[in-house]
Amino acid sequence: MKTRAESPAVVYTLLALGLSYFAVFMLLPLVVIFVSAFKNGVGPYVAALLNPDARSAIWLTLLVSAVAVPLNLVFGVAASWAITKFDFWGKNLLITLIDLPVSVSPVISGMVFVLLFGAQGLIGPWLAEHHLKLIFAVPGIILATMFVTFPYVAREVIPVMKAQGSDEEEAALTLGASGWQTFWRITLPKIKWGLLYGVILCNARAMGEFGAVSVVSGHIRGRTNTLPLHVEILYNEYDFVGAFAAASVLAFLALVTLVIKTVIESRSPELQSNRLKKH
Amino acid sequence: MKKFILIAVVLAAAVGFFYGEGAVKKPELLNVSYDPTRELYQDYNEAFKKHWKETTGEEIRILQSHGGSGKQARSVIDGLEADVVSLALAYDIDAIAEKSGLLPATWQERLPHQSAPFSSTIVFLVRKGNPSNIHDWDDLARPGIRVITPNPKTSGGARWNYLAAWAYALKKWNNDEVRAKEFVKAVYQNAPVLDTGARGSTVTFVERRIGDVLISWENEAYLVAATIGKDQCEIITPSLSILAEPPVAVIDKNADRHGTRAAAEEYLKYLYSPEGQKIAARHYYRPSSREIADKHAGQFSRVELITVRDVFGGWKTAQKTHFAEGGTFDQISRTQL
Repeated sequence: MKTRAESPAVVYTLLALGLSYFAVFMLLPLVVIFVSAFKNGVGPYVAALLNPDARSAIWLTLLVSAVAVPLNLVFGVAASWAITKFDFWGKNLLITLIDLPVSVSPVISGMVFVLLFGAQGLIGPWLAEHHLKLIFAVPGIILATMFVTFPYVAREVIPVMKAQGSDEEEAALTLGASGWQTFWRITLPKIKWGLLYGVILCNARAMGEFGAVSVVSGHIRGRTNTLPLHVEILYNEYDFVGAFAAASVLAFLALVTLVIKTVIESRSPELQSNRLKKH
Repeated sequence: MKKFILIAVVLAAAVGFFYGEGAVKKPELLNVSYDPTRELYQDYNEAFKKHWKETTGEEIRILQSHGGSGKQARSVIDGLEADVVSLALAYDIDAIAEKSGLLPATWQERLPHQSAPFSSTIVFLVRKGNPSNIHDWDDLARPGIRVITPNPKTSGGARWNYLAAWAYALKKWNNDEVRAKEFVKAVYQNAPVLDTGARGSTVTFVERRIGDVLISWENEAYLVAATIGKDQCEIITPSLSILAEPPVAVIDKNADRHGTRAAAEEYLKYLYSPEGQKIAARHYYRPSSREIADKHAGQFSRVELITVRDVFGGWKTAQKTHFAEGGTFDQISRTQL
């Protein structure tokens, strides 16, 4: 069969459209962030990041994702495993619930935690009696972040597991492997790229989450302010260089995430061939 | 993959360690405040730290949280462990006392001037040269004028704005509530956005350049006129405005639990000292001390000020009539849709 080549006009129009869309919606905001951050030179930029409140916001953001992402990794894999390898009552409900944090507005997610663990909430008074502080403290921020980022790992892993089926696992089990052995030697290697991709998405969202965290944070400077909240505070204080400096750190973390993703993809022939097959 | 999890756990532990180490253990006060006091308390906290060191020899750390006054009160009720609150209006602290019992209902009698160490009022901020020709409240109800003011449901400053407009209308039409409501409705129909806090509105007006007039705290307006809005804004004082008294209070149960009561009480008392009053005046709040106020008299314009007590029968009644569910604000917003 003869393939029909598109006329050059169509090709260039599409290219121009695509590229200008990219420039306006992706590149320009990124450039604006860095230009605004360095508006008064390198000195004020560095000073804005060395400020104790900024440093604490950076630490807190890293801490939150360092706790939330591994936990979601474990839970996400467990949930995907349960869903794809077993049949049980309520499975469809579980699948629906996993997606809940994506469909619910983050502000509502935050409110739910306040209503549960706040001083006037369901479990709040009990927590207060035992001197446990969740809301308006770091644990609450981690909880809210975990809730919001929970689906990312499971959503990436479930389709991969489904596509691969469980024939190899069943074979391993018949040959006498234990459950753990099967998981580590058979399942994990099969899903690792999907898993890694899920972790990267999960991490990106964890570091950038604003809405849910804003509700449970209490906005105490130097204590419960994450980077996105810190950006808002500085912006509202007319400290635009500081705000954009903090924003540039977030943007930088996002770029690093992207680079890691690209490097991983290029290192794995398996993933590349997968990708090609998909498209 | 095992390795990866291990690395993640070690990383989490390391970050936790550094983070924990960064927070040096010394006595701490958390001041939960409203929106435009950021610069004021930045200065005041430094002065108080010095004062506390001189009088007790102790180091103290002061943590700040800022946001819309109503929202901040809600957070304290929900468990944000403030040692002291400094909010935009008495009603918000009343709400904390009533809903959480963390401080007695009589809190306002514990410090001079109804627990308000300084006062302010409501003025207008317009573009340089006053191109929209705005001089008094009437001009805000003119069709086509875009008015920037925050949401009275979440912002304390917004409630002062609302009541000031209402009081002006009452005076103009001899206490005719129906005319007053129509007037305020016309003003709010001119508002294209309602931010959650006063600071949000200021940014909307000054930075995003939306609107012809910003109804603002006097202190906020002066701050803007002296700093970022220097060459683009000017202040218009209306013929009548409201005496806004942002009060302060120790949240007893929190302070007792943290063992910070002495520091918390001194923190608020020091606001009334000459040093505290001077800092307030420097940030364009009207000092309650006669002596300091006289020194700074030139910096504020004279304006007829009504009080919430005289015109609205106190904050409880005002809140119920105007801002509670189904109050006049809900009524005028609803008919707008």
